[in-house]
Amino acid sequence: MAAQAAQAGLEAWIFIPEDLEREKIVATAVYGPKLVRVRGVYDDVNRLCAEVADRFGWGLVNVNLRPFYAEGSKTMGYEIVEQLGWSAPANVVAPMAGGSLVTKLRKAFEEMETYGLAKGTAETKVYGAQASGCGPIIEALHRGDAMVAPVRPRTIAKSLAIGNPADGPFAIQAMKESGGWGEAVTDEEIVAGIRLLAQTEGIFTETAGGVTVAVARKLAQQGKLSREGATVLCITGNGLKTPDAVSGEVDFGPVIDARLSEVVELAEARELAMR
Amino acid sequence: MPVTVRIPTVLRRLTGGRDEVATPGATVGEVFAAVGAEHQEFLGRITEGGEVRPFLNVFVNGDDIRFAQGLQTPVRDGDEVSIIPSIAGGR
Repeated sequence: MAAQAAQAGLEAWIFIPEDLEREKIVATAVYGPKLVRVRGVYDDVNRLCAEVADRFGWGLVNVNLRPFYAEGSKTMGYEIVEQLGWSAPANVVAPMAGGSLVTKLRKAFEEMETYGLAKGTAETKVYGAQASGCGPIIEALHRGDAMVAPVRPRTIAKSLAIGNPADGPFAIQAMKESGGWGEAVTDEEIVAGIRLLAQTEGIFTETAGGVTVAVARKLAQQGKLSREGATVLCITGNGLKTPDAVSGEVDFGPVIDARLSEVVELAEARELAMR
Repeated sequence: MPVTVRIPTVLRRLTGGRDEVATPGATVGEVFAAVGAEHQEFLGRITEGGEVRPFLNVFVNGDDIRFAQGLQTPVRDGDEVSIIPSIAGGR
């Protein structure tokens, strides 16, 4: 948002929760927007932005411009099908915060079938992923409710920490109508998901990606993901945005002097360990 | 000093264009009923079957009433009740 505004020569005001990860604040502030840090969580920021849009008549991405931003996220669905050689994945797993992405993935797949761009995409099952510390959509789905009761977020997946998801009811419809489902995972499972993706695929994702990987794992263990056809995990954020999520878990390795003998020692220790 | 109800632009035609309505009341529900007594269409657009309508959020001094007692949430003189339509991207 800040980057687009800078490129377009537009003035931008960016409202964020005060305690957002430092990396994300720096990566926004560098473009020179008017950055405003709000005491509270995303839900407080969203409420404030609704009032700001109403009072000043500004265009706010998450408020009066949201239908455009939401429609824009259909491109993720188009790109998935394109990158699979214009074929339909069996399953798609995506993270949910406000619930818009899974709704629009489903819409994208339906459109591709309708307009004859791909076959079978309307049958692609859409699965939603949340952190159990902020899983109001999953809780409603599992209860069988059409409407979502708000929760107070408590999770390391801050980018998904929306306790009052506006598109929650649409997300539930999208998951159910597609024949998919959804799950929630703990902070520990999220960290394990980040490490699993890094160590098996060479991709470092932020906490939201960890949620998606961990939920996919859980759904697979439950036998909910069919093994026929491709399963796509939507990894929506770079790990460098939330390095603190895993920095306490990874091996920083030994510190040595720049002497060959020290490496020889390390190599010998490794050989011993391998025996 | 009564309770102030803040009305968003999209709902202001229900209150004759007014952006704030001050009214007495001991709960959010009573306050809404008092506003409804003056502005006929108001109550039916805000509530449905004794609940706040879906896709509308109601806050007392910034706190979502669903975390309190819904329409039974007590209010005091000087409190600010905000009605904020839910901001969905839609289907």
